[in-house]
Amino acid sequence: MTAFILSRTWQAALVLLVMSFVIYSLIGLMPGDPLDIMIASNPGATPEVVARLRAIYGLDQPILYRYAHWLLAAMQGDLGFSRTHSQPVLVVLIPALWTTCKLMLLSFVVSVALSMVLGIWAALKPGGVVDGVVSLFAFAGISVPVFWLALMMILLFAVKLHLLPASGLSDVGNESFGDYARHLVMPVVTLALSSIGGFTRFVRASMIETLRMDHIRTARAKGNAEGRVVLIHGLRNAMIPVVTVIALSFGSLFSGALVTETMFAQPGMGKMIFDSILSNDFNLALSGLLFATIVTLFSNLLADLAYGWLDPRIKL
Amino acid sequence: MTRVVLLVLALLAFGPATSLAGVRDQLVIGLSSFPTQFHPDVNPEAVKSYIEGFALRPVTAFDVSWHNTCLMCAVRPTLENGLVKLETTVSGAPGMAVTVKLKQGLFWGDGVPVTSADLAFTAKVGRDPDSGFANTRTWGKVIGVEIVDDLTAAVHLDSVSAYYDQIPHLLSEHIEGPVYAASQTPGDYVKRSIYNTAPTTPGLWNGPYMPTVIDTGSTVVLEPNPYWTGTKPGFRRIVFKTVDNTAALLANLQAGDVDMTPGEGMGLSIDQVIALEKQAPDRFNFIWKPALTYDHIDVQLDNPILADVRVRRALLHAIDRKAMTQRLFDGKLPIADTWVSPLEANYEPNVAHYPYDPAKARALLAEAGWTPGPDGVCRNAAGVRLSLEFRVTSGVKMRELMQQVIQSQWKAVCVETQLHNDPPRLLFGEVLKKRSFTGLVLYSWLFNVESSPRQILGSDQIPRAETNWSGTNYTDWHNAAVDAGIETIETELDPVKRKAAWSAVQRAYAEELPVLPLFFRVEGHTIPKWLKGYVPTGHNDYAVYWAENWRAE
Repeated sequence: MTAFILSRTWQAALVLLVMSFVIYSLIGLMPGDPLDIMIASNPGATPEVVARLRAIYGLDQPILYRYAHWLLAAMQGDLGFSRTHSQPVLVVLIPALWTTCKLMLLSFVVSVALSMVLGIWAALKPGGVVDGVVSLFAFAGISVPVFWLALMMILLFAVKLHLLPASGLSDVGNESFGDYARHLVMPVVTLALSSIGGFTRFVRASMIETLRMDHIRTARAKGNAEGRVVLIHGLRNAMIPVVTVIALSFGSLFSGALVTETMFAQPGMGKMIFDSILSNDFNLALSGLLFATIVTLFSNLLADLAYGWLDPRIKL
Repeated sequence: MTRVVLLVLALLAFGPATSLAGVRDQLVIGLSSFPTQFHPDVNPEAVKSYIEGFALRPVTAFDVSWHNTCLMCAVRPTLENGLVKLETTVSGAPGMAVTVKLKQGLFWGDGVPVTSADLAFTAKVGRDPDSGFANTRTWGKVIGVEIVDDLTAAVHLDSVSAYYDQIPHLLSEHIEGPVYAASQTPGDYVKRSIYNTAPTTPGLWNGPYMPTVIDTGSTVVLEPNPYWTGTKPGFRRIVFKTVDNTAALLANLQAGDVDMTPGEGMGLSIDQVIALEKQAPDRFNFIWKPALTYDHIDVQLDNPILADVRVRRALLHAIDRKAMTQRLFDGKLPIADTWVSPLEANYEPNVAHYPYDPAKARALLAEAGWTPGPDGVCRNAAGVRLSLEFRVTSGVKMRELMQQVIQSQWKAVCVETQLHNDPPRLLFGEVLKKRSFTGLVLYSWLFNVESSPRQILGSDQIPRAETNWSGTNYTDWHNAAVDAGIETIETELDPVKRKAAWSAVQRAYAEELPVLPLFFRVEGHTIPKWLKGYVPTGHNDYAVYWAENWRAE
């Protein structure tokens, strides 16, 4: 087990190194430099001013030089300075990461829990009424765009019913847990609903297949209660493919979080990465994307470890 | 599961979402973006200027009548009142000395008086090429500041400038001075600046309000500056709430989570405000103010087709700008004849006008040798089709709609256009910058009141490879008389001669049409019925410079 974790950690480090170079190069290939859009809306910026700003921000250096400079500093724990924020990258990154982690973890827990319940329920009687309703719900969840769902939630719960705040992290001057929680309800539910559909379909399909296996029939024949058969004998076996899908989906929550963060004014990683790429803030964009990569790699590592727990025959 | 349901019900029962809606000592302003940083002179952003306008006042600003006026000075320096004197610089060139007299009773948020030392410090940082300042229009010309007394300083300029009385905000010497002194490498000051490391420090701000809470990316809270000696601010708290998506921002406004959205380009889009006004005319006050943002079409003068002024005139005659503003913008956008707004003092009404006249457009094209072919597209004697590339920035709905309307109107007079839409950074970073467009580009400029047209019209501002593509005269228009006129605009102190130069440049622009003028934007402000004293300016010196007059009634 330890050797496996160490081996995967080395692989992850290598992937991160390659990713950092690829991301840095791709951002560098984008047309224009960070000052172009500023100049476009500000005819008062003279060429001398622009040249001076380019030099100050190091934009007059070749991209390989800039990357090497960044990499050396990053290896010493310094992720550099955000050009647009004029702050160390970590100062900008950590609050955004915290906001996104809250959103992602809560919505992940909600979506996994609900999809388990719905998927198992639907699998108990394939083609039945419950299965039909759950499938309809799942397909609706898969089909509905997140931004539309978010807007509808705001219009219903904030504009019409005045039950929940439309956006933001908290009301000014109110730092109670309840206020924070109320502000999280809609973003978490929106993000969760966007992934419940897919998860539910996977759980359902996997459970249907597992419940048809011989060992399930044997368990029933031995007189085990149906709940025990489904939840102990069936679910554990059905979870192996589901865990893979869920683990891979965890990283993609970042992209869903971008829309949710934008619609509900939750300043998180998705929005930060998007803005930093648009403004050519190399250090910030790179660090944000690398954090997203780390999250994906880590969730895959957890999935691998979960395989061993779910099926002791799998050797890590 | 039951516990989860109970928890959700309990959370909902905490109270209505708009618990503070009934309290009128707070104003919540909804914005569609958040400042990336808070140093007022680095990385200029409209949203930053807007928020900081409550907290940091310029020495002079253009008021609601578009006249330059004192905000922090006791009297505006002029030649007539003797506060401006022409002099010769050490190098022998003509220069000038501008004496700035600050008002008495101005304080930073920590109680330290605003003095001429702050002016001298700001000039020192502003003219330091390593400081990272983006605007050098004022401070870049300063060669020295002589402190006369605590409230008076003589600012020496390296040349004669007609813009001598436009003096921006000051930085607090007692807070930023030590930081600047400790800076060692280029750009170091910006990294260390207290504006970025601790922007809620009271000593950074001298306006009626100052920031007390900043939640990056989300919220800024302003509270009254206890040392402000002007009109007492009308609110205990001003809250800026950022909702990036404007549809969600609109929903926030309707839900009462935000009280108002400003019209200065960082709130709702024009079409959203128009729709809201029709949908809920009695719920908010809607204020429409013509602004300085200028929608226009840049013409590639290197293209032989477009080099012919008759073709350019025909193109403008073929656009029904009146119908476009009527149908797309409810008639709210003023039609432009040049880049100068009719609200500007230097506006020249007697220039060539190009009303919608498709017959005249066809006649001009025929005169230029273009006659309709069998497919309705014009051809010249050599059989070349009158086909032009037409670009806008992608993703801006109203601009793409304008492009399509113009395309159909040009088609009606036998001009074919191929639409090529690019993301902003590609359009501005490559296509315009390197002048690689072959036809027409629709975009907008944002001007300051009375700003010099050099950057967009001066022949020294045509981007070229040998100058590393600097400059923003993308059309390649070079006109010696216009260059001379720009020089006069920038340096002539006699208002009559200066006005004549403004008029001449506008007439040449309208005559030669290096750019096809379309509209001036309009600001759509959505404010609550109970907000009084709110007067938009329509220019970059925003209404927030007079925010102490805003009241809830």
